[in-house]
Amino acid sequence: MSAVLFFIAAAGVIAGAVGVVVLRDPFYCVLALVAHLLSLAVLFLLLRAEFVAAVQVLVYAGAVMVLYVFVVAYVGGEGDRSEIGQLGERLGGAGPVASGLRLGGAVLGGALLVELLIALLGTGLEAIGGKGAPYSPGPHAFGTPAYVGELLLTRFLVVFEVASFLLLIAAVGAVVLARRRRGLGGQDEREVLTPLDLLRPRDTGTMAEGVGKHS
Amino acid sequence: MTIAWYLALSAIVFVLGAVGVITRRNPLVILLCLELMLNGANLALIAFARMWGNGDGQILALVVMTVAACEVCIGLGMIVAIYRRRLPIDVDELRELQG
Repeated sequence: MSAVLFFIAAAGVIAGAVGVVVLRDPFYCVLALVAHLLSLAVLFLLLRAEFVAAVQVLVYAGAVMVLYVFVVAYVGGEGDRSEIGQLGERLGGAGPVASGLRLGGAVLGGALLVELLIALLGTGLEAIGGKGAPYSPGPHAFGTPAYVGELLLTRFLVVFEVASFLLLIAAVGAVVLARRRRGLGGQDEREVLTPLDLLRPRDTGTMAEGVGKHS
Repeated sequence: MTIAWYLALSAIVFVLGAVGVITRRNPLVILLCLELMLNGANLALIAFARMWGNGDGQILALVVMTVAACEVCIGLGMIVAIYRRRLPIDVDELRELQG
């Protein structure tokens, strides 16, 4: 039973990955990645990682992919045309550059795959051939939310806090990167009159006066 | 299924992501292929955690997911910024770092 489920999920994983690499339209690439992530969650369940599988479906295939879909819909028109137009002609065409690029990518990928398989499977470790450690189901069994939560709040507390800070920094950075910038075009430089300007006397040492702007 | 099958599958997914990063030119698709590579690493981590019956690999996989979310956040912010500047969304034409 688990073997059948493994092969079905593995086929989904590989098909999704190939779809991401091959498909032209970025929107279809995102959908292929969603299928890939859902199949991967099945594999995580087979490996007794229940909490990680749930996080994968909820956070990854849910939230992060929604972000992708929004950006593809926002950028989409221009991205599609450049992707299908000039890039499609160059990469999908029969020119020497395009075929050389594809051949180079395939050769490099094949070499990397052979090396990885030798490194992973050729080690001679006996545990790789086994089915894993003994497992007994229960409320605090391996991989359940209780188990992972206890590890996160005891042994890996520092990791947990650092990850939360990393998320905060990334959120602030994304807002800073994607905000509308003033002053690049030059026509947005006009002063904005705020209600405080009417109440406040001149030369009170505000930061606007410090940089030479008198309101 | 033995652990070796999962490791072979993780290697295949990683290589597919690497090939995508090398050959594609749309930064959005390159980010997606980076996700593929991270997912291959995640699958290997969880397979090893199952192999030893130890939860450390699962914690590391969760941290990798967090880092991937941060990377997506910053990368998509940069793509939106590029789009606002009316620059082409193609990594071959964005070869200058200066604004």
